[in-house]
Amino acid sequence: MAISGTQSQRGGTHVSAAEAAAAFERRETRTRWLLSAPALITLAVASIGPLLIVLVYSFLQKNPNGGVFWQFSTDAWFNVILQRDIFDDTLQFADAHLSIFWRSVKLSMGTTVLALIFGFPTAYFIATRPERTRELWLFLITIPFWTNLLIRTFAIQEVIRNEGIVNSLLLWVGIIDAPIQMMFTDFAIMMGMLYVFLPLMVLPLYASMEKLDFRLVEAGYDLYATRLQVLRRVIIPLVKPGIIAGSILVFIPSLGAYVTPRVLGGGKSLMLGNLIELQFGQGRNWPLGAALSMTLLCIVMVALLVYVRKTSRQGGAHG
Amino acid sequence: MSTAAAAVEAKNVSKIFGAGVGEVRALDNVSVTIRQNEFFTLLGPSGCGKTTLLRLIAGFEMPTEGSILLEGEEVAHLPPFKRPVNTVFQNYALFPHMSVAENIGFGLEMLGKPKTEVQQTVDAMLRLVRMEELKHRKTSQISGGQQQRVALARALAPRPKVLLLDEPLSALDYKLRKDMQLELKRMQHETGITFIFVTHDQEEALTMSDRIAVMSQGNILQIGSPDEIYERPADRFVADFIGETNFIEAEVIERIGEDGRIRLPSGVAVSHKLASNAGVGSRVTLAIRPERIDLVRADGETHLKGKVDNIVYFGTDTTFHVGLDSGQSVTVRVQNRRGHQEILQVGDVVGLTIAPEAMQILRD
Amino acid sequence: MAKATFSVRRQTGFATIALVCFVMLYAPILTLMIYSFNDGTSVAIWEGFSWRWYERAAANEQVQESALLSLKIASIAAVLATIFATMAALATTRTRPYRGLTAIFAAINTPLMVPEIVTAVALLIFFASIKVATGYTGIAYLVAAHTAFCIPFAYLPIRARLESMDATLEIAAADLYATPWRAFRRVTFPLLWPGIVAGLMLAFVISLDDVVITEFVKSAGQDTLPTYMLGQLRRIVTPEMNAISTVFLGISVMVVALFFFMTRKKN
Ligand SMILES: Nc1ncnc2c1ncn2[C@@H]1O[C@H](COP(=O)(O)OP(=O)(O)OP(=O)(O)O)[C@@H](O)[C@H]1O
Ligand SMILES: [Mg+2]
Repeated sequence: MAISGTQSQRGGTHVSAAEAAAAFERRETRTRWLLSAPALITLAVASIGPLLIVLVYSFLQKNPNGGVFWQFSTDAWFNVILQRDIFDDTLQFADAHLSIFWRSVKLSMGTTVLALIFGFPTAYFIATRPERTRELWLFLITIPFWTNLLIRTFAIQEVIRNEGIVNSLLLWVGIIDAPIQMMFTDFAIMMGMLYVFLPLMVLPLYASMEKLDFRLVEAGYDLYATRLQVLRRVIIPLVKPGIIAGSILVFIPSLGAYVTPRVLGGGKSLMLGNLIELQFGQGRNWPLGAALSMTLLCIVMVALLVYVRKTSRQGGAHG
Repeated sequence: MSTAAAAVEAKNVSKIFGAGVGEVRALDNVSVTIRQNEFFTLLGPSGCGKTTLLRLIAGFEMPTEGSILLEGEEVAHLPPFKRPVNTVFQNYALFPHMSVAENIGFGLEMLGKPKTEVQQTVDAMLRLVRMEELKHRKTSQISGGQQQRVALARALAPRPKVLLLDEPLSALDYKLRKDMQLELKRMQHETGITFIFVTHDQEEALTMSDRIAVMSQGNILQIGSPDEIYERPADRFVADFIGETNFIEAEVIERIGEDGRIRLPSGVAVSHKLASNAGVGSRVTLAIRPERIDLVRADGETHLKGKVDNIVYFGTDTTFHVGLDSGQSVTVRVQNRRGHQEILQVGDVVGLTIAPEAMQILRD
Repeated sequence: MAKATFSVRRQTGFATIALVCFVMLYAPILTLMIYSFNDGTSVAIWEGFSWRWYERAAANEQVQESALLSLKIASIAAVLATIFATMAALATTRTRPYRGLTAIFAAINTPLMVPEIVTAVALLIFFASIKVATGYTGIAYLVAAHTAFCIPFAYLPIRARLESMDATLEIAAADLYATPWRAFRRVTFPLLWPGIVAGLMLAFVISLDDVVITEFVKSAGQDTLPTYMLGQLRRIVTPEMNAISTVFLGISVMVVALFFFMTRKKN
């Protein structure tokens, strides 16, 4: 205290206050970064850093024995959409890749639409339950979400296999006399993804429906709207943020799905995730795998960006 | 460290939040000296910087400029846990996971006092705030008024040099608040600790304080005892903020030394002491409290004349709004000792007289 | 009198679809569980009750090893992730915005935004080169990967808890002579504890469930229970898989139920 006394006599209080504040600020900043450091370092080593390496790899030359040659090349990116004909050296669209891209987008969209068709009434059902039982219904939706994805996929497989429940039942009743082939089809993949990602649609939908002001619904009926009109003109517009959030939350993991198409699609029905894996396995084309990964990442980022833009605009429109 | 040193001294303190366009100057070159054992109140409208000044004294914020002295010692470099200052927070900030006794003993424990001493002090504090029976309750299980007392006991237990109270009564209902005002005064008396009290309730400030600082927009406009503040407001803001005031423009028509004569809007001239900068011909503003004006017959000797526009009955007194010829409206408050209402009616022409000492010339 | 009252909240057919939905969600899982008790080899034909598949699974050395590895990794990763997430939450909540704050948020949330397969591939590339360079092929890679993707899950409830906590409590502690460390020990930490436990449980379940990243990062011979099961699914499945799945589900459901119960009680 004596020191500060002389300080204030010498330099005037002006400087010491500002200095103390600055020193305090510096300490705060240091503490914050020290506290964040372990998380940031872990993420840098095991998430963000490796992603950058993937980006680098996508610009390298492939080593046919696996791995890469450290030589700059844009071949991989080229190969994502185009391929050079072995015979006449002309450029063609890489049909194999594009069809898998297309299938992934198609199946993901299909899954999203199905999830919306099933999820919307379910979320609405939960949101309109009495306070006491609502928690229980919500819990029932959450449970599958936190249980192992592989096990859930396995469960679906057991249902739709040729020797599975559905076929056995139909055979036993005598409706069919040969099992219906459901495994290893696009249908199987879509069912599987619907099954595993459905809670991701229901939860955000529920969150926005829970906030729904039912006096507005009453107002709708008061103004002669039928049930369907109230649904279309009042409820759906009001819960639109939930619809968008749920759709994005289902679409993104569907697009990058790996386990479900691997188990239910077998080797036949590939999706983007399996195509990527293939490049690191049998394909031995790491740069192409890297470029495909980056492409998938870009699509996801664009979807997220659209989502952020949409929701922030929505927020603005409401004031 | 002489005993004569002020309890708290703020010297040219400024506090700026944010930077650039979003910059807020919460305190603007504030200087104030708070004496030992004083009940000192910071009074001012919302956002004027009262909390900020308290937080600077407690050490939760650093001043952007200037210095804060506790008993004559600069404390800018001391973190809050090294300052002999305790705070009663506006929302009480009681630790929800501790009992009443644990809350009260927390400060002493942190100071490393032996267990027996902590217990003794806690018991003494519980007696002081009259909460002995609730010693082992969780703080979430007691009422608002009780929480407030625990907060007070917790802040007093370590015997701080200065106790800071940030609107501690604002969450209480009217009755409880009146009781607590008295309790606070009693406790300040018994402990002899300097209290710095924040409120935006002028009545609370007037009844409880030894001295009041009226603040506005980061500045201290006036410091004085309650009656000084009320009777001799330094400027228009203070006069307007504390109680009700009529502002009447007047013109200086004569001055000899400090004495002079001013002319009221009615043309009537009165003698008055003048500030040095008020030359002949300059205009001044008079602040006059409604209860210091007398209603008289219009045909007698009056300072102002006007017509009764409105009469509002308040029980203990009645308020008359009198429209002057100049168009200005003057508020007059008269105690109800029967008679006035019966005599005066809306539309009547009345005269107003004002004692010279009730006309306060405001600083511009 | 017989006329039903008009309910504003009702929508025709919604309740039916919702119930179908719940049945669809639970029927496969329940069937899977039921057939784990099947005495026969088939997962479709019921041949009487028995524990034999549980006994068989318990005796299976590969199952034992992979289950042990799963628990080991999930425990270490969940604890690390929770500690790191707690520290990060303390640094990123209730502060004035500072330079780098958004960057920290983005970094913590990357595992939630990046498709798992992409992270898996990235880790494969990165760790493969480290494995070649150092020769080390232990479980550290799996632990690091799991810790990283568990951090955002642990971070969420801890941060939520911190944000709903009254910031003046810590200030009050400082006012009452508590040093920053003691204020943390005596005030912040006890109040944050439920959030930390919730974060730990979420991280544990998330780590336990992971298939994709583990599948790409694991070295030869390292199998967690999910990757072991993924390998088995290629073959003819016996009810042994059902038995393992049932136990696994039981553990997850228990942890989640506990989490649900804990977070609910607070409100
Ligand atoms: N942390 C902060 N960041 C930015 N501005 C702040 C901060 N704290 C206070 N301010 C601003 O400083 C000014 C003074 O605030 P202060 O809290 O001191 O007012 P007050 O007199 O206590 O008001 P009230 O009676 O409402 O409590 C206000 O304009 C406020 O918005
Ligand atoms: Mg305040």
